[in-house]
Amino acid sequence: MTDHHSDIDSVTGKSTTGHEWDGIKELNTPLPRWWVISFYLTIVWAIGYWIVYPAWPLISSNTTGLFGYSSRADVAVELANLEKIRGDKMAVLGAASLADIEKDPALLALARAKGKTVFGDNCAPCHGSGGAGAKGFPNLNDDDWLWGGTLDQIMQTIQFGARSGHAKAHEGQMLAFGKDGVLKGDEIVTVANYVRSLSGLSTRKGFDAAKGEKIFAENCVACHGDGGKGNPEMGAPNLTDKIWLYGSDEASLIETISLGRAGVMPAWEGRLDPATIKAMAVYVHSLGGGK
Amino acid sequence: MNKTVNPNELTSDDDNGPLYVAQKKVYPQSISGTFRRIKWGLMAFCLGVYYFLPFVRWNRGLGAPSQAVLIDLPNSRFYFFFIELWPQEVYYFTGLLIVAAVALFLMNSIGGRIWCGYLCPQTVWTDLFYAVERLVEGDRRERMRKDKSSDPMKLERISEIVLKHSIWLLIAWWTGGAWVLYFNDAPTLVKELVTFQAPMIAYIWIAILTATTYLLAGFMREQVCTYMCPWPRIQAALTDEWALNVTYRYDRGEKRTSVKKAAELRALGEQVGDCVDCYQCVAVCPTGIDIRNGPQLECIQCGLCIDACDNVMTKIGRPKRLIGYDNDINIQRRQEGKAPVYRIVRARTVAYSAIIAAVGGIMIYTLATRSLLDVNVLHDRNPVAVRLSDGSIRNAYTVRLLNKSGYDRVVAIDANGPANLTTHVVGIDSVTPDRPMIVIPRDSTSELRLLVTAPAESNPEKSIPVRFHVTDIGLGEVATATDNFVAP
Repeated sequence: MTDHHSDIDSVTGKSTTGHEWDGIKELNTPLPRWWVISFYLTIVWAIGYWIVYPAWPLISSNTTGLFGYSSRADVAVELANLEKIRGDKMAVLGAASLADIEKDPALLALARAKGKTVFGDNCAPCHGSGGAGAKGFPNLNDDDWLWGGTLDQIMQTIQFGARSGHAKAHEGQMLAFGKDGVLKGDEIVTVANYVRSLSGLSTRKGFDAAKGEKIFAENCVACHGDGGKGNPEMGAPNLTDKIWLYGSDEASLIETISLGRAGVMPAWEGRLDPATIKAMAVYVHSLGGGK
Repeated sequence: MNKTVNPNELTSDDDNGPLYVAQKKVYPQSISGTFRRIKWGLMAFCLGVYYFLPFVRWNRGLGAPSQAVLIDLPNSRFYFFFIELWPQEVYYFTGLLIVAAVALFLMNSIGGRIWCGYLCPQTVWTDLFYAVERLVEGDRRERMRKDKSSDPMKLERISEIVLKHSIWLLIAWWTGGAWVLYFNDAPTLVKELVTFQAPMIAYIWIAILTATTYLLAGFMREQVCTYMCPWPRIQAALTDEWALNVTYRYDRGEKRTSVKKAAELRALGEQVGDCVDCYQCVAVCPTGIDIRNGPQLECIQCGLCIDACDNVMTKIGRPKRLIGYDNDINIQRRQEGKAPVYRIVRARTVAYSAIIAAVGGIMIYTLATRSLLDVNVLHDRNPVAVRLSDGSIRNAYTVRLLNKSGYDRVVAIDANGPANLTTHVVGIDSVTPDRPMIVIPRDSTSELRLLVTAPAESNPEKSIPVRFHVTDIGLGEVATATDNFVAP
């Protein structure tokens, strides 16, 4: 290597850096001054940024910055502003009755939009994001309503829940006939088949319908009603239709009769504000068209 | 017969020169003639349309904007006289852009850079700014003298310069002002602008367009055409040997002599060129080139040199059009002593015209036959299908109805698919339960939740196409959409 200050490229007449690879020399072409200055300015800017904004990592936290800036506080402020902007509309929603909301297209659209978001945040874990439900969790898109499907009934269910422990919650449960020793094994199988026959499902060979009817009359009619039509007052499902919350096959029915069922719907009063609960009732009602 | 001249000998373009040269100030001289008149006419037309179109009113009925041309961004509507476009119809703009691009190609294949010379906003505004400059400071010689003058700035000169820039800024400001008027009701916005009530964005846009107009038309001028605009490069690739370009007919012009000498030589029966080297063509050129050097990138083909040369030719009693619109083929043919040929109808121009006619025709046809009632249907995915307590199957759809007309409509919704379908719109108790009827307010969209149920005994297959008809029960207009009915 030669001293690059004295090494001049013969073709261009420019000085070289003194670096040479296989006879190819690198010309000394410095960056433009304005570029270099801009680069240094960005370094100065970055240092300023480190000081002004929270940045330096400490063992369990970080420096708070010169002016105590916090992006989290910014978000909180923005959220509060958003609530304020929406406050008026939500106040109107809260003041309106369910019937009024249904009649006013603007309020209805607002309630459905609000209900949809809140549903996704709070109800989707059990009922699914589209309200399609799952085993033990009712499908909200169909026309079968355990506790009633009018707007008021839906709102009541959301507000107080079922078996939620709330004073006004829906009560009533499927007893554990097998576990509690009320019915014996073969009686359970017989009544399970009888229940299947109520909704036109096939029954086991040699099943004694008369015996099944007798067991049903003695044990089940109190809640499920004559002929098994169900009772929304007690959340007792209609056993003659095609919708089965826990499954309609014999094994599922035997399990239901033996061990009982008591699914819990939490009460949302206190967790969500009244306007939001109203919006959710409107949204859920619109899913399957309600009753 | 003239001695043939090799065109290459005339070209003074230095290919090894720098890619960018410092701007030499151009002092175009005023001129009168055919092409100058065309330019004045087109300038008046273009600027007239641009500056005054927002003030043209168009009655669309109560509650609708009454501006003939309006881009209503907040409400996502575009109004053009009797046409109202919605955002989803933005493909009309695509068609318009295609037509515009091909029209540019067509212009180019017929008459070279007609766009550059006569219609380009840069040309139009620069021309206007030159006119102002001439009016205030005088013509070419006067301006050159004033700029060269080493006298200390006199009050008269300063006031001239101030006046020129004031008028320039006024034009530039109104250029920006006219721009924003296309986006809001013009009379209202003018009032708001004057009383400082207009939205900030309006002032920002006026500032931007004032600055760019002032800068581009007042100072950068031909620099924009030479260095910033891509069109000269693209045009060079698109042009062919038949395209008419502003051309110096060197076979007729060379050798250049003085008027006196030419007369003497002619008297002796010798052939002399018509060009008297008066430099009038150079003096009037807004881009400051010498057309006699052959085709040049900088030439915007405005035809002012034709006017200048024609005036001189008339004065010295020689035929006009020593400089004129001519094509590459004739340059060759004249050297060979053949008669010039012109051909405007040829494969290229026919193809371009056909494309313009086809795209334009499709646009007019679709515009004339487009439905002002529209329906979009989206099938619920979660769940896709629900079994009801009586065993029937229900699918839910989100239906969006669009009423693009200026009146409210009452529509009925029918679904045709599996046998014995019933339909129900959530939240609407229709008097006709099996055929829901909805009111869609004018110029708006309505979103509905539509439940479609097939009875259990119909036992539909996994997925059956279902067709939705939305019928305006007053006018009979029908919009349709298809989707599928799905069984669980």
